[in-house]
Amino acid sequence: MYHYDELDQRLVDERVEQFRDQVTRRIAGEITEDEFKPLRLMNGLYLQLHAYMLRIGIPYGVLSSVQLRKLAHIARTYDRGYGHFTTRQCLQLNWPKLEEAPHILAELAEVQMHAIQTSGNSFRNITADQYAGVAANEIEDSRIWAEIIRQWSLLHPEFSFLPRKFKIAVTGSPRDRTAVKFHDIGIVIRKNEKGEVGFEILVGGGMGRTPMIGQTIRAFLPKKHLLSYLEALLRIYNLMGRRDNKYKARIKILVFELGIEELQKLVEDEWNQIKDGPLALPQDEIDRISNQFAPPQWKKPQAARLGAEVQRLKNPAFADWVNVNVTGHKQPGYAIVNLSLKTLDAPPGDVTAEQMDGIADLAERYSLGETRATHEQNLVFAYVQEADLYQLWRALDELGLATPNVGLISDIICCPGLDYCALASARSIPVAERISRRFRDLRRQNDIGGLKLKISGCVNACGHHHAGHIGILGVDRQGEEFYQITLGGSADENASIGKIIGPAFSSEDVVEAVETIVNTYVDIREEGEAFLDTYRRVGEEPFKERLYPELTDAAA
Amino acid sequence: MVLQVFTANRVCDGIVVFLAEDGNWTTSLEECRVIGDGGALKQAMATAEKAAEYAVVADPYLIDVIEENDAIRPIRYRERIRAYGPPIHPDFAKQAIPAATGL
Ligand code: SF4
Repeated sequence: MYHYDELDQRLVDERVEQFRDQVTRRIAGEITEDEFKPLRLMNGLYLQLHAYMLRIGIPYGVLSSVQLRKLAHIARTYDRGYGHFTTRQCLQLNWPKLEEAPHILAELAEVQMHAIQTSGNSFRNITADQYAGVAANEIEDSRIWAEIIRQWSLLHPEFSFLPRKFKIAVTGSPRDRTAVKFHDIGIVIRKNEKGEVGFEILVGGGMGRTPMIGQTIRAFLPKKHLLSYLEALLRIYNLMGRRDNKYKARIKILVFELGIEELQKLVEDEWNQIKDGPLALPQDEIDRISNQFAPPQWKKPQAARLGAEVQRLKNPAFADWVNVNVTGHKQPGYAIVNLSLKTLDAPPGDVTAEQMDGIADLAERYSLGETRATHEQNLVFAYVQEADLYQLWRALDELGLATPNVGLISDIICCPGLDYCALASARSIPVAERISRRFRDLRRQNDIGGLKLKISGCVNACGHHHAGHIGILGVDRQGEEFYQITLGGSADENASIGKIIGPAFSSEDVVEAVETIVNTYVDIREEGEAFLDTYRRVGEEPFKERLYPELTDAAA
Repeated sequence: MVLQVFTANRVCDGIVVFLAEDGNWTTSLEECRVIGDGGALKQAMATAEKAAEYAVVADPYLIDVIEENDAIRPIRYRERIRAYGPPIHPDFAKQAIPAATGL
């Protein structure tokens, strides 16, 4: 993985000292909350419903065991013994004290981490494919490009006050796992007809109150031009993006108002002036960064691999886990292992300090000391030898992290909602919990098959409900928590935005409504047809009829 | 006039607090100062503004409450959640959660 050079380290260390001074002045009453707020947000420190919240950036979701142990230590020492993985591959602490926040940042800096640009109108954590470098059909490792963009975008002077926050994702596989089409800029690594590798650039995707799917602004961009092209695109957005209305300030609105062709023209004009300037990427610089992500020395598949096979036949629980949570690897003899953070014992994405330590140890023993966070709020070990699968499963099971539900209905993306979030309209975690309990039977979950259920506690859509096969949005109806359901959303390469199916359900009724939707699907699906495919085939009517018999009867 | 209470987050640790009878800020609804008329409101407002100025609390604001069985309870569920702590973590509750809150 990437290691800080001296410059990176100095910058982060200096920022910690600067923030320490700002906090001291705030506590002494020398600066007001209004003055302090932008300063703390620049360091990832929010003020939430119950306390401050610190959002720690994890570039493209990759954590070393040293870093993970540090996070465990911080959670234990300065917080309440747990952390929460978010849909931007970041980690949030829900109870840090302001007076201790500088200590936390200093500890993070010791392991090359920080919380810069995890808030505010800046570039946010660059996301990449959690299977980068190990996916079987990958064109190229997306982490390399995410890192190059990270270095370019970190404290970029021209773009330090963008109209609004800015999210970039990079994917290198035909199968998208990054929700690339829901980003301000989505970068898809592609091969052109000549066999050269470059990028397709998408722009204007996003969730929030106006969900939109990113459109192609450039079908193929040669590698060396990546940064100059991004610079040109950001320059146009920085100049033309709306600053008069927070809700119209994202680049998606600019794309919508200008039209993609017009924006494309403006960007190309700008780009043509700068593309061969200092931002053109020299090959040796690309090589230098690539080397940081060079594949490890693969080991030969061991004969002991058979051991795992035998266990699989003997032990159905292990077999379930292998079938659901383990994925094929590009290297023979290896496997990609997903650790589910969707258990019945904790909110989606939450891990205790003890679990973090345990994961760090297991990553060292079985996966080259590296753990990756996914935007679906799970973790990944990317370098597991098949021969070790059984041992690893037993160890994960002891940590409570072997729930075999990745990609199934109980693998719910869920934002913190009104249990924590100051912006929330309703709670989301308890709904996730009740749905997980309702569908706890693994056989039933497997029979239902791949189904992405996503829950947000308000229109800001941090829980990606627009992209859920089933999406749930919490709303406030005259002081009561209600839940609006959307169907048919998808965040993969065939992205779609879910459609509201009808009037919202009370908190009491929402789980039953999900049950009805699932049962409808099971009744009408064709052989081997997944939920989303059934929905796309039959549309919303059959679901509507079953969900709202009164309404459809009246209409008839 | 509806009953009201001043609430804010404490600057040093962010914890939810309420303006108390004695002018301090408390995490306990039992000790909070219940404002029932214009005079009390004016006085409480001045105290809250001072506390914000001296960085004891951040962004104080008023919430509506009702008195039920001798206990003060916020009316909006958002404020109930703030007062009692995240419902998914009853272990973090700062005060006994009255049975009738629906949380
Ligand atoms: S979707 Fe709304 S409630 Fe959920 S975390 Fe985002 S802002 Fe908060």
